[in-house]
Amino acid sequence: MKTLRALFTPRGGIHPRYFKEPSAGLAIETLPLPKLFLVSLSQHLGAPSRPLVKKGDLVLRGQPIAEPAGYVSAWVHAPTSGVVKSVDSRLTANGQLAGVVTIEADGLDKAVESDPVNGDWTTRPVRELVDEVLKAGIVGMGGAGFPTQVKLLPPPGKTIQTLIVNGAECEPYLTADHRLMLEQADRIWQGVLILKRILGAGQVRVVIEDNKPDAVAAMEQAMKGTDGDVELVIVKTKYPQGAEKQLIYSVTRREVPSGGLPMDVGALVENVGTAAAIQAAIVDRRPLTERVVSVSGDALRTPRNVLARIGTPFSDLIAFCGGLTEATAKILNGGPMMGIAQSSITVGINKTTSGLLALSQARVPLFTSMPCISCGRCVTACPSGLLPCTLSENMEAENLEAAEDLNILDCIECGACAFECPSHRPLVQHMRQGKTKVMQRRKQREAEAKKATPT
Amino acid sequence: MSENPSTWVISPSPHAHSGDSVQRIMLTVILALMPALAASVLFFGLDSLRLTATCVVTCILAEAAVRRLMKRDSGIADLSAVVTGLLLAFNLPPTLPTWMAVVGSLFAIVIAKQLYGGIGYNLFNPALVGRCVLLVSFPVAMTTWATPHYFTGPMDAVTMATPLGAWKTAWASGQAPAGFFDLFTTTSLLLGNRPGCLGETSVIALVLGGVILLWRRCITWHIPLAYFGTVAVMAFGFHKLDPVHNLPPVYHLLSGGLFLGAIFMATDMVTTPVTRSGMFIFGAGCGLITMLIRKWGGYPEGVSFAILIMNSLTPLINRFTRPRVFGHVRKETPA
Amino acid sequence: MDLLTGNPILLQTVIIGGTGLICAAILAIAARFLHVHEDPRIEAVTALLPGVNCGACGYAGCSDYAKHIILDALPVNLCSPGGEATVRKIAAFMGVTATLTERQVAVILCKGDDALATRTTLYNGIADCGAAQQIGGNGKACRYGCMGLGSCARICPVGAIELVNGLAVVHPDLCISCGRCVGTCPRRLIKMVPESRFIHILCSSQDAGPDVRKICKVGCIACTLCAKVVNGVGITMRNNLAVMDYSVPVTNEETITKCPQLTIVKRSGTKEGAA
Repeated sequence: MKTLRALFTPRGGIHPRYFKEPSAGLAIETLPLPKLFLVSLSQHLGAPSRPLVKKGDLVLRGQPIAEPAGYVSAWVHAPTSGVVKSVDSRLTANGQLAGVVTIEADGLDKAVESDPVNGDWTTRPVRELVDEVLKAGIVGMGGAGFPTQVKLLPPPGKTIQTLIVNGAECEPYLTADHRLMLEQADRIWQGVLILKRILGAGQVRVVIEDNKPDAVAAMEQAMKGTDGDVELVIVKTKYPQGAEKQLIYSVTRREVPSGGLPMDVGALVENVGTAAAIQAAIVDRRPLTERVVSVSGDALRTPRNVLARIGTPFSDLIAFCGGLTEATAKILNGGPMMGIAQSSITVGINKTTSGLLALSQARVPLFTSMPCISCGRCVTACPSGLLPCTLSENMEAENLEAAEDLNILDCIECGACAFECPSHRPLVQHMRQGKTKVMQRRKQREAEAKKATPT
Repeated sequence: MSENPSTWVISPSPHAHSGDSVQRIMLTVILALMPALAASVLFFGLDSLRLTATCVVTCILAEAAVRRLMKRDSGIADLSAVVTGLLLAFNLPPTLPTWMAVVGSLFAIVIAKQLYGGIGYNLFNPALVGRCVLLVSFPVAMTTWATPHYFTGPMDAVTMATPLGAWKTAWASGQAPAGFFDLFTTTSLLLGNRPGCLGETSVIALVLGGVILLWRRCITWHIPLAYFGTVAVMAFGFHKLDPVHNLPPVYHLLSGGLFLGAIFMATDMVTTPVTRSGMFIFGAGCGLITMLIRKWGGYPEGVSFAILIMNSLTPLINRFTRPRVFGHVRKETPA
Repeated sequence: MDLLTGNPILLQTVIIGGTGLICAAILAIAARFLHVHEDPRIEAVTALLPGVNCGACGYAGCSDYAKHIILDALPVNLCSPGGEATVRKIAAFMGVTATLTERQVAVILCKGDDALATRTTLYNGIADCGAAQQIGGNGKACRYGCMGLGSCARICPVGAIELVNGLAVVHPDLCISCGRCVGTCPRRLIKMVPESRFIHILCSSQDAGPDVRKICKVGCIACTLCAKVVNGVGITMRNNLAVMDYSVPVTNEETITKCPQLTIVKRSGTKEGAA
């Protein structure tokens, strides 16, 4: 076990103000059980889960309430015991409509009994462990929400040599992973070792940004004495250092090919929160029904790090943290760089909700876009090496062909470009719109090509 | 507690911003130009204020009028018209009649900027277009230079040539310029105590402005450095080959419009490349063309034309200097 | 020769004029040899088409459709902007009998403009419905209704869609039935319906009745009264919403008067009716 500084730094990136002080020093507190839970069936990437319960059903904590509706999908569990009030389509914290199971808590918080198993994780068959990860409904908790079991089963021919554990937490305001590393380093490390066993990965790299020396110390303590090719890598503080591809580059200097997956360069990235959830699922035999959320922002009276059940309404978390101030202008699910603005606080937190931010007009002023003045700051900031300024103009001109040529699909939507843009252009929105349209156009062309060549 | 969400905002991520704006950038440029303006008042008296005020006011009024005529939002709040006015004035000889400055300003704003679509869409630096139009329309007035009167007191139309002009005209008639190096010392060039356009003479003041721009991230070092470097290297080469007919490099650097051009005009964001390597190429190209004009061209000075020519190449440079996209094996050849 | 060399003006005239003549000759020869023979009927059919180049027929503009009519014997009734008259003319020209279909008109199934439907939040982003939908809408409380950012209006080739007080409204008399607006609406509010249908249920909300009442004065609250009027023929209840089945003509105007929310309206789709 070694601790070292990363030798490589990915291109681009920005240095926003981090605003981590309000919550970085606060221990994780457990939220008292809310009365109502709004559990979304679309908390992950991929097909929305299929509900297994209906109105009036009684559920226990940890009981599956929805099953995966495809290979890339996830189980969803009841966060507490109670009665299902409704299963319908509602607004969720993703900003979109999705199936939501509303559960009225009975206050008893009775859990389901877990099936007995033979032996512990060091001896049980790997396949069984993967199954348990699937059954526990674990998805990437850093933000993307990719179902974890899919990543754990690389297709034949692909092997994972390097397991990278993401503790970078480069988004401003967020301190959930930071606190988790400080307070539960041993759990995280055990989760990492389980992952290492499942993957048969030779190398393990835990990556932390250099603005969190205390988290480095805590993880070092937990990792001490582990044999094998295990390193704690300290990376420069810069956004988006914690983005998957950028992280892999920092650690291995390998670039995930365009359109490819980390496994194409033999790497796999898991967030520290996911590692902790895997530990809970395999060792404690508890499915994913809670997570740490940084509740912060300048429009919130008392920022806190809160351990909350999945499906807890935003309103309960806000009330627990002293409520909103008059100046509130924006409520975010996630960090300020990639988070989703909310139009309502009667939505439940997702498995991916690492932060709930309330920001004032002073921090997020309304913008009016101006024409691009070609300053080139977005080009310097773009971690993917794109020309956001040109792409944005392409989108305004609806020139999809040019946008595709300029690799719009390689955009990771990190927001570094729009952060820098002095003309306040909605660069990320243009990118997102462009990616969707380019993909549609591609599919259309493929369909036409298929029609043109009779089989 | 603001529970009523009607004041909440839905907007695309990111929900954080550097806080910089076009207006702030322009304001910084204006501030960065102030030392040079002060120096020019010192050396050329109230004439510099007369021309600066004329150009700035004309530019603002022209911009407001044209925007109104085009039925677009008024664009004067972004302050870019002020910058254009200042830069145009800085490129004029102090004795130029007021009405010519008005013509130049109108041309800069109406033709070179707004007809292209306004800020962000102009292909050429408006101030330089204005200057070049004046130069070809009123060649005599645009090349009549006043003697700086810091030491001599208010002048009575005492004129003399700029250092580069004196050198070129003398050699054109086959004679060495007499007393050149006594007249123009390095100190006088650094301070700006020499004939020339009203804002271009004081190198010290311009460098001070450049430092402000660099510090506030309004420019990067790429274009100025490449520009200075190319001029220095070429001037050094010419001087080495033929020390009699070619000025030493320090004169090429200090005695023309190079500092004003390289720090404030060749770094204009709109008309220069967006990539770092493109900026470098742009600066080097400006240096090359400047030196070619100075050495073989009809004009003694070539900064304005060099920058305008490179402006026209900017789209091409952008195209050929696209960064390598992360995860792509090698740069795709531009189609 | 002396005449030429001694007179520069004449010399220049001859040089320039000569160059021009030679170039003209080259062009004339090239035009003759490189001429591509095209079936003259294609041009004739193109002339019969309205020339809107809307693409409603599924081809890249009017001349492309004309080409396919001639070369691939495509049906002659695909041009919706041209309507019945155009179809008859082309059919006569081609010597075929065409089946006439009823003119289709776009209808936007939402009535909640800014005065009737609540906006809960401000929107600060691109004025494009698809882009707004991706980040969770534009602040309108109803997640199903028209966002009023006008993507459909912008794509309409004849300006038949107008934004009125934050709501897109179709002018049926102008609509050329091209259907391009249908795909631009991220909330799928636009339907092409036969022009003779004059009763429309202008709501798409699947929210439960009480929720609809809170955010929209004219939203369907699924009271089922309209469906009862027609005994479920032509109007069916689906997901908290009365849905008009446009394949069955509903003409009973009691559906309109019974609707407590004034969601159902009478709006003629024909050119004469609307004009």
